[in-house]
Amino acid sequence: MNDLLTRRQVVTGMGLLGLGLLAGCDGSTTALDFKYGKDLSNKIMGRTFKLTDTQGEVKTLSSYRGLMPMVFFGFTQCPSVCPTALARAAQIKKIMGEDGKTLQVIFITVDPERDTPQILDAYVKQFDPGFVALRGTLAQTEHVAKEFGVFYEKVPIGDTYTMSHTATSFVFDSRGNLRLGLSPSLSAKQCAEDLLTVMEVC
Amino acid sequence: MTPLLRNTARAAFIALLAAAGASASAQTRVDDAWVRTSVPGQPSSGAFMRLTADTDSKLLSVSSPAATDVQIHEMNMTNDVMRMGPVDSVALPAGKTVSLDPDGYHVMLMGLVGQIKEGDQVPLTLTIEDAKGGRETLTVKAPARAAMDTMNMDHDHGASH
Repeated sequence: MNDLLTRRQVVTGMGLLGLGLLAGCDGSTTALDFKYGKDLSNKIMGRTFKLTDTQGEVKTLSSYRGLMPMVFFGFTQCPSVCPTALARAAQIKKIMGEDGKTLQVIFITVDPERDTPQILDAYVKQFDPGFVALRGTLAQTEHVAKEFGVFYEKVPIGDTYTMSHTATSFVFDSRGNLRLGLSPSLSAKQCAEDLLTVMEVC
Repeated sequence: MTPLLRNTARAAFIALLAAAGASASAQTRVDDAWVRTSVPGQPSSGAFMRLTADTDSKLLSVSSPAATDVQIHEMNMTNDVMRMGPVDSVALPAGKTVSLDPDGYHVMLMGLVGQIKEGDQVPLTLTIEDAKGGRETLTVKAPARAAMDTMNMDHDHGASH
């Protein structure tokens, strides 16, 4: 933690000195140098989704303008990678302290048939009351997954099914430009460092 | 003692010996078993533990009164795509600790009979078979841990990569 704070202070200092970094906010999406995650600055992905939150309100990417959205695809009956990723996201927010308030975690279900708004709401809020869950029709789910290059499929088991899916967390800057892809293998601390890099730009 | 009683007694004694023999030929230790809590309406959850068998064995199945269908699944991560699927058994090589954890094999509790709340003790009965075909069943009580309680563990694991 101390180690990270120190590094953060250094990064902030560098940001103030190198005002050129702020040029990213003009809307240009120059490639970023992330320490752990994958730079997605040049990818046109995830811009046009239209899904419903657990209160029944229609949400698009611009609904989260000014925040740093972090999008994760999953399903509530997922035993491992989804709870791990959401718990990590909650921890990232804590590590980032005040800066963490701009991080908006968005869980998009790939299992809208079983994930009702009620279950989704209770599910994401057990990790952090600020997390939101979005849900679409089957067609909308297919569209949003395609838009993010996310793979998902049902794996039949007896008379029910489990699911396989992409486990990357996608991060946008506060202007709605896709910036960063975080692998599930990264620690909360590693993710937090890269998220601070996104924040330095915009 | 009537012949019938004598036979019954003998049968019971033999059964006892057989049971003792079975547990002597295959003994498996279960450590740190836990179950993830569920939210209302969530029909499934996962159970995790560490298993150490003293002879080459395999975990065949798990059952629990907490769920109508219990299966062993394997999670596999390739290029950040998580793939999930059932397996027939989990190999337990002699003396080697095998983890059923969120990063690999795990027990799926499907068709939960009720919400699993923090602090619940969930009984899990494991059927394990040794190389000679001898079977043992073990019942453990796995405490339910809240989603966020498992975070530090997961984090430490991630950081150790």
